[in-house]
Amino acid sequence: MTKLDIINRVVEKAGLPKPQAEEAVESIIEKIKETLSKGENVVLRRFGSFSVRGKNTRIGRNPKTGEEAEISARSVVRFKSGKYFKDAVNK
Amino acid sequence: MTKSELAEQVSTKINLPKKETEHIVSMVFESIIGALSHGDKVELRGFGSFRIRHRALREGRNPKTGEKVKVPPKKVPFFRAGKELKEMVNNKAGSQKTAGSSQHP
Repeated sequence: MTKLDIINRVVEKAGLPKPQAEEAVESIIEKIKETLSKGENVVLRRFGSFSVRGKNTRIGRNPKTGEEAEISARSVVRFKSGKYFKDAVNK
Repeated sequence: MTKSELAEQVSTKINLPKKETEHIVSMVFESIIGALSHGDKVELRGFGSFRIRHRALREGRNPKTGEKVKVPPKKVPFFRAGKELKEMVNNKAGSQKTAGSSQHP
């Protein structure tokens, strides 16, 4: 499933014209990205939560060459699925 | 940020009543849940992808009694951030280009 499938679904189910559904889906995604890049978490009941976590510098290895390389400190996005989501995929 | 805060911000952006926007926000996430429940994966360019990961049967222990118990195999939803999102949270924002398709296994 891609963004387009989700847009089509919004068109069908919410009866929104396609350009408006497109705008809605795009801005939902953009808002989540913006919020995360400010370091703020996004909590969506039932679905799950996105959070930003800091990672320290560590020594990694290039899996191809076996060479050691320093991996710089960075922030990563973590998703924790909600109970409803977890239960749904196990049905 | 919660779902209703998200809906509020989106609603002003797209000029739709908050109530209706909230409904659309829920619909978007319900459809992702629906896709993964059917074994499908969801790819949202620039944001990331959702897919199912399988956890094998394993032996666990009841932490209270120390008793061994079999933990049944299960599926868990998994999210992998896309290149653009990864860059954004590291404040290297602005680069909209996606270098080919991302490196999913």
